[in-house]
Amino acid sequence: MVPTSYFLVLSAVLFGLGVIAFIFKRNILTIFMSIELMLNAVNLAFVSFSRLLGQLQGQVFVFFVIVVAAAEAAVGLAIIILIHRNRGTLNVENVDSLKD
Amino acid sequence: MPVLAYLWIIPVLPLLGAGANGIFGGRWPKNVISAVALSSTALSFLAVLEVVREFMGLPAGQIPAHISYFTWISAGPFRADFALQVDQLTVVMLLVVTGVGLLIHIYSTGYMHDDPGYRRFFSYLNLFMFFMLVLILAANYLLMFVGWEGVGLCSYLLIGFFFLKQSATNAGNKAFWVNRVGDFGFLLGVLLIFRTFGSLDFSVVLPRATSMPADPAGQIGTLTTIALLLFVGAAGKSAQLPLYVWLPDAMEGPTPVSALIHAATMVTAGVYMVVRSHAIFLNAPLAMQVVGVIGCATALFAATIGLVQTDIKKVLAYSTVSQLGYMFLACGVGAFGAGIFHLMTHAFFKGLLFLAAGSVIHAMGGEQDMRKMGGLRKKIPVTFWTMFMATLAIAGAPGFSGFFSKDEILNEAQRVSPVLWGLGVLTAGLTSFYMFRLLFLTFFGSQQYDEHKVHVHESPKNMTVPLIILAVLSVCGGWMAAPQLMGGVNHFEQFLAPVLATAGASAAPAAESSGSGGEILQALLGAPVIAGLLGFLLAWWFYIKSPETPKKLAESLSAPYKLLSGKYFIDELYAAVFVRPLVWISNKVLWHTVDERVIDGAVNGVAFVSRESGDRLRHANTGNIRSYATWIVLGVLVFTSLLLWMVD
Repeated sequence: MVPTSYFLVLSAVLFGLGVIAFIFKRNILTIFMSIELMLNAVNLAFVSFSRLLGQLQGQVFVFFVIVVAAAEAAVGLAIIILIHRNRGTLNVENVDSLKD
Repeated sequence: MPVLAYLWIIPVLPLLGAGANGIFGGRWPKNVISAVALSSTALSFLAVLEVVREFMGLPAGQIPAHISYFTWISAGPFRADFALQVDQLTVVMLLVVTGVGLLIHIYSTGYMHDDPGYRRFFSYLNLFMFFMLVLILAANYLLMFVGWEGVGLCSYLLIGFFFLKQSATNAGNKAFWVNRVGDFGFLLGVLLIFRTFGSLDFSVVLPRATSMPADPAGQIGTLTTIALLLFVGAAGKSAQLPLYVWLPDAMEGPTPVSALIHAATMVTAGVYMVVRSHAIFLNAPLAMQVVGVIGCATALFAATIGLVQTDIKKVLAYSTVSQLGYMFLACGVGAFGAGIFHLMTHAFFKGLLFLAAGSVIHAMGGEQDMRKMGGLRKKIPVTFWTMFMATLAIAGAPGFSGFFSKDEILNEAQRVSPVLWGLGVLTAGLTSFYMFRLLFLTFFGSQQYDEHKVHVHESPKNMTVPLIILAVLSVCGGWMAAPQLMGGVNHFEQFLAPVLATAGASAAPAAESSGSGGEILQALLGAPVIAGLLGFLLAWWFYIKSPETPKKLAESLSAPYKLLSGKYFIDELYAAVFVRPLVWISNKVLWHTVDERVIDGAVNGVAFVSRESGDRLRHANTGNIRSYATWIVLGVLVFTSLLLWMVD
């Protein structure tokens, strides 16, 4: 059987990749996908602990996360489409009117 | 007992007058304003008369008549009622205050007639009557303190009545400040009374004080401490050494105010308070000595200053301080009845002297310097004759009111201490001298003013009638004590005896000093009378016979003369010791350091830090989502590593 630590390391690597992509990518869509990556890294950690401890809570929690992620995808994509319509760009460098 | 049960009406009437004039009087003509002020005072006086009539019918068991209207303060064991009481002492004070007060109100309608502050004046004057009556009628120390502070306030307002004059506002401030010192002592004394006796009611405190063992002579026990603290208050209010400095300056106020507040009523409140607390004082021998010595010293000290003053009101002011000293001398030797007796006669003749001086000033068109008057006797005869009566009374001419009261005090003093008696007699001589000096300079000799510039005229009826009534009182006011000389009893002291008898044996009424017909002669030719006569002769010599003498004397004795005319430089001393250091501390430390640096610094510092830090942190708000994310990640990393580090 594969040890739990493998899953956890994979989860950490995926989360780290998500964070790095979130910070360094400029395209909103890519940033959005890196968020999904981080969510799924967390999901992986949840199910691996669930399996390790023999409890159901972790798996139940994952369902919640998936539901929230779906809702977020719906809203987030809508926002992204609107930004593209209004600004004609998806580069976050140009979307900084909150400044000052 | 219709009115006696409604005692509150006596002080409230003047309060209504003050409120009506103060709030609604703005559009009223002068005669309405004076009608309101006079009728409220007159009704109050009538109520007092009715109360006195009913009081006389009371059986001894119901005296003092004590009425509590409501509980004012109740906190734990502390309880103070809004309660009034009437006993013989109160009756005397009520009659003096409302009687003399009414006369001075009438006089003021003439004196203040052309003053733009007419309404304000009468409003203040009525307010003063209210507080003074509360002070007198109060049945506990706390309510008395309310009246005490109230009359102080009115005194301040009326001294500074001509507030456009810098000297008047300064004098008002000075009176207020000096009285703060005294009032602080009084308040401490009241607190200590509560601590010691558990109550502030006269009816509780005074009997308990009587039954307490007296403090050993020369030692400061609880009772002595209370008595001395109360006396600090009395010294402030009644202008005794070393707190007398405000009273001469108080002459900046209008003359009726000087007569009512700074001669007849308010300044005697200290004497009243000491007599009211006599049970405490009698069991505090050291405090009694202090009161007697301070009183005697003040009497002499102020009389010497009065010798060389040239302002007619200043002479009378120092004379007032001196006479108040007599009253405290009486209290100090245990002759509380004599003190109150002198308080009453003094209210008559000193009130009259001030009113007459006001009439002179009125006639001279505002001139107060006696050296610029002279020869007024024929021009203003009513003023002259009434003032002459008052002068005889204060100088102690036999038969006049001042004779009886001053004689009484000096007799009592002689039994206690020959030194106090001797100084008292000396003061009597000085009193006679400076009063006749005033009279001679003002009314005799050649006129020193320009007749074309000053139109000298007798005052109107509403000013002269009070003068005449007070003159009659100044002459007859002491006759109640007269039978004592013929071997009878002193009716005044007999009347007061029930109040003062609670004090025990040492305050026995002085009736036993009455004796055979030989004593009449002895009293008539007694030392005070001789001293008074010498004072008169000296004044006559100096100011009628050879008017050059005073100038020569002043030149040959220039050092003592300068000391006297400079009022012993007490004001300068106080300025150097108290005022200037206080101003320096207020200016340099409290203002420029504490206020500007510390308080302003703290406020401005908070604003500065907020603004500067905001200025710096503003740059973190880039609007760029990736930089926000970076901050979040960095924060998570920092906190996570902190947690891990702390767990290990």
